[in-house]
Amino acid sequence: MNRHRLQLWLFAGSFAFAFLLQLMPLPQLLLPLKPWWVGLTMVYWAIEAPERTGLGFAFLLGLTGDALTGELLGEQSLRLLVLVFIVLRFRSRLRFFPVWQQALAVLALFLNDRVVILMVRGFAGEPTPPLGFWISPMVGMLAWPVVFLIVDDLRLRLRGSD
Amino acid sequence: MPRSDTATLFAEGTVGTLRLIVYLTLAVAVMVLDHRGQYLQVLRHTASLAVEPVYRLAAFPSRLAQATRTAVATQDQLASENRELREQLLLAQARLRRLDTLVAQNARLKSLLEAQENLGLHVQFARLVNVDLDPFRHRVVLDVGEQQGITVGQPVIDATGVMGQIVEVLPGTSIAMLVTDPTHAVPVVVERTGLRTIAYGSGLIDRLELPNIPISGDVRIGDRLLTSGLGGRFPAGFPVGEIQSISTDASGMFAAALAVPSAALDRSSEVLLLRDQPQPYGPPLPEPMSGPPADLAGPGPAGTQPGEPPSP
Repeated sequence: MNRHRLQLWLFAGSFAFAFLLQLMPLPQLLLPLKPWWVGLTMVYWAIEAPERTGLGFAFLLGLTGDALTGELLGEQSLRLLVLVFIVLRFRSRLRFFPVWQQALAVLALFLNDRVVILMVRGFAGEPTPPLGFWISPMVGMLAWPVVFLIVDDLRLRLRGSD
Repeated sequence: MPRSDTATLFAEGTVGTLRLIVYLTLAVAVMVLDHRGQYLQVLRHTASLAVEPVYRLAAFPSRLAQATRTAVATQDQLASENRELREQLLLAQARLRRLDTLVAQNARLKSLLEAQENLGLHVQFARLVNVDLDPFRHRVVLDVGEQQGITVGQPVIDATGVMGQIVEVLPGTSIAMLVTDPTHAVPVVVERTGLRTIAYGSGLIDRLELPNIPISGDVRIGDRLLTSGLGGRFPAGFPVGEIQSISTDASGMFAAALAVPSAALDRSSEVLLLRDQPQPYGPPLPEPMSGPPADLAGPGPAGTQPGEPPSP
């Protein structure tokens, strides 16, 4: 029971930490490099604990994110829904990929996510963002192994300690 | 979790397309509702009890870093910074002296004109909460909010120019949109010639766009742009930027210029909020109808006013 609770804490804590990282300031030059931390965390948990990360969870998490940072309520919900759906669809294959291959998959997922943002903002009548907009998915790809190894290590440790 | 034996690598798994469609529709519905009616404002306002501490928490590491930097700064650095500040103070005081004479002159002229209102600047001091909302939208979080009497639309300035305006107010914090946000526009006037135009945000922190200057307009590189006061949002006369380059737009019908914002948009950590909203823009309200009371008016001619009942 205690072990289960610790797992839940890790689950919730990782998302809280991801939101904080998302809000954390960076020097102006590095700003476009900031990866989508919430997305990375979401991909990890969708692969490892699909019973917790359903579409409903993604929707609610997205609303939380929009209340924190968003301009348009529902934008992050849509992004997370698309992300989680694709990950869950291909979960059985993604799980057994080596990390570098997973990183490539993350790149594809995040590029797709950028297209979703462009669509949403296009409909809302906002101008097209500059080229730096496309850098973030690359950084997301590079950050994936780090996120994966850290969270996976923590999760396995919590599982081991009874 | 029960797993069926037929599950393969390509199985549909636990999520169905139908549920995806339902949730996507829901998300789109929420977005449309919010875009039409600005419901996010209401929700964020209610959620702000939770949101504001998160902002402070996220800003904490950078504040800590700043504090550490100050604590470990060497004597030498501090001394040179001190010297620099002294020089700036001297310069500022010299300018103030000159301003004093101008103020005196202005007061004299104004009393001659019997101008009633005085143009004292009511400002409020605010600090930036160092939080990054979205790298591609230029918005900053300030540490004052509804409790300090902030309202949406108040102009935000720093020592060197216009920074932006308040777009959202939470109880203890508020969010300002910078002049460089791609959805921001500010009416400006070229200081040298008085030419009016509009400066749009470009999405880059060090650039403003002026895409529609008449091709015959007199604009040169280095011209200073001031707020024109038109539009009723920003008071007139605050520096906005300086023209950096001029070219023609794609159609060849207009000259398009790029300008550098005057305000230190990515460096300021203290800002001023203007209290006084500028004078409302537009024609004065129509005067109330005057004339003799209706019962004194004689029986109207054949064509009575459509709005008035014919007098008995």
